[in-house]
Amino acid sequence: MADVHPPIALPVKGVDAGAAHVSLGRAALYAALAVAAIVFLLPVYVMVVNSLKPLDEIRNGNLMSLPHDWTIAPWLSAWSTAQIGVQPTGLRPFFINSFLIVVPAVAISTLVGALNGYILTQFKFRGSTVMFAAMLLTVFIPFQIVLIPMAKTLGLLGIAGTIKGLIFVNVVYGIGFTTLFFRNYYAAFPAELVRSARMDGAKFFGVLGRILLPNSTPIIVVTVIWQFTNIWNDFLFGASFSDFSSYPITVALNNLVNSSTGVKEYNVHFAGAFIAALPTLVVYLVSGKYFVRGLMAGSVKG
Amino acid sequence: MASLSLSNVQKSFGPVKILHDISIGLQDGEFLVLVGPSGCGKSTLMNIIAGLEEPSGGSLTLEGRDITRLPPADRNISMVFQSYALYPNMTVAKNIEFPLQMRKVDKARREERVRSVSKMLQIEHLLERKPRQLSGGQRQRVAIGRALAREPQLYLFDEPLSNLDAQLRVDMRTEIKKLHQRLGATIVYVTHDQIEAMTLATRIAVMKGGVLQQLGTPYEVYNRPANTFVAGFMGSPRMNLVKARVDRAADGLSLTFGQGAGTVVLDLPDDACGGALRGHAGKDVIAGIRAEAVSLATPGMVPGPAQRFLEARVEVIEPTGADTLVLLDLGGSEFTVRLEPDVALAPGQRARFLVDLGKLVCFDVGSETLIA
Repeated sequence: MADVHPPIALPVKGVDAGAAHVSLGRAALYAALAVAAIVFLLPVYVMVVNSLKPLDEIRNGNLMSLPHDWTIAPWLSAWSTAQIGVQPTGLRPFFINSFLIVVPAVAISTLVGALNGYILTQFKFRGSTVMFAAMLLTVFIPFQIVLIPMAKTLGLLGIAGTIKGLIFVNVVYGIGFTTLFFRNYYAAFPAELVRSARMDGAKFFGVLGRILLPNSTPIIVVTVIWQFTNIWNDFLFGASFSDFSSYPITVALNNLVNSSTGVKEYNVHFAGAFIAALPTLVVYLVSGKYFVRGLMAGSVKG
Repeated sequence: MASLSLSNVQKSFGPVKILHDISIGLQDGEFLVLVGPSGCGKSTLMNIIAGLEEPSGGSLTLEGRDITRLPPADRNISMVFQSYALYPNMTVAKNIEFPLQMRKVDKARREERVRSVSKMLQIEHLLERKPRQLSGGQRQRVAIGRALAREPQLYLFDEPLSNLDAQLRVDMRTEIKKLHQRLGATIVYVTHDQIEAMTLATRIAVMKGGVLQQLGTPYEVYNRPANTFVAGFMGSPRMNLVKARVDRAADGLSLTFGQGAGTVVLDLPDDACGGALRGHAGKDVIAGIRAEAVSLATPGMVPGPAQRFLEARVEVIEPTGADTLVLLDLGGSEFTVRLEPDVALAPGQRARFLVDLGKLVCFDVGSETLIA
């Protein structure tokens, strides 16, 4: 990632020859980066400016212009009064639903992943590689294939259409990823630390809780971000396994935007979409540097 | 502190035998060094003692207690690892306290142990630091401190000095020796460095290819090596191992090095090598002579009863400061001797040397074992 342009990344100090070439390359690099930044930021810009305009301005003016009459009414409407399905509840209850699903699902799948990674790397038992391969395979199973068996399972467990049901689905589907993350991290974990802890008297959970987990910050951050964004953004499971009381925000947003009655309130839709995207944005902004660091961890042995 | 006994310990991975029938008995307070080239099985043997690996056969007892199947935590053994294995998330104090905490020792006692151990190892000023803020030598001390904290029956050291720079390694070696003298602890120490083995051990176990080659005091291993491998492995420069023919001579035996014109003959008394050489008259043996068993003869010198003259050509002179290593041509074979630092020799010169026959050992050509 960091070495896309190695010759440019090496500033030559005190050497005149080639200096012009270097600065030219730099300029081209920044130009390319600027273009990429504009391409990525443009949709965000469109969303933000249009969510702050009255509906008339969107209909009459163009999408790119700044608002003439600034207003936060679309945001308030999207949050608490917009019509979703049959009731004017806004996105708020579904935003809360999503949190009620995401927080336990992320916590459980991360802990189970850590436990699996610990067992798969620190204990040699018959079939451990087959078991890991099987878990890895779950990562590649398309969502659609598990829909019907999962519906059946949720029915059997008596948690169909509930928040608990969605937590269960997301945990099950996430374990493959979290196990993969932790297994690879713990495979590169210094074996002597674990051996030392065992000799010092730490038992099964003592080694995990006192030695492995406290030294797993980068991979925990990666796993939490990964799981948080995936589960927060999940639409298919939410649409398939929830009812009106347990819709996650993605489904609610879809219902808001696709409501067939009345006028299409684009400004409210933009605000709603932004509200739905906000938590993942915050997660990335807060922990983005850990994410990159964590992804790189283990690739270069320090 | 306790006695340790290994009987017929074996380890195989599938068809590959890593350890063959290792039996070692260790008295209370002994310092055993397991030494050998990499891949000789010394680390595997240590892991078996620690309980980190299970032996395929044989048994281990510590102070009369069978520990063969016990998990590592229940053996009452501490280990100092090559990488120190300090827990990076804990301060030095927490690291030292950890084994006591795991054993549910009460807080007052734990603090008392951390205090006394850190005082003994002079790491009191480091207690609140994290391992990454320490130098290599400091980490080493903390790792030893953690092992000392719970006062186990046996200490294991797995190449603890190999990550330190040369000067520090010598200092820490002395520290470990002091520690052993002060604690009177039973210690098993793994290293590939034969000088560490010689300086630290009360007994050395030399290993190669999963087989125990020799178990003995540093003196025995150095002066009476059981076979040519031990002879060549222990000591620097290596022991000279030269093929020679044993002949009956007028007043005893003689060793003839080389063939044809360049032969060098060394006269031996009849009882050389404890008399065992007599049976080899007329046959070839491998003669082993340490570099320091040879000195330069001065004019008019009369050899003692266990000394003989030897004439050879000087090939290379290597001054090391403390002494000078001189490479000789002994009947076509290279032969290193350790002489005075200011020795007056020149390459190509022939000179007379005095050999101390008390240090001569001979090995069977076929089995390469000591003739004694």
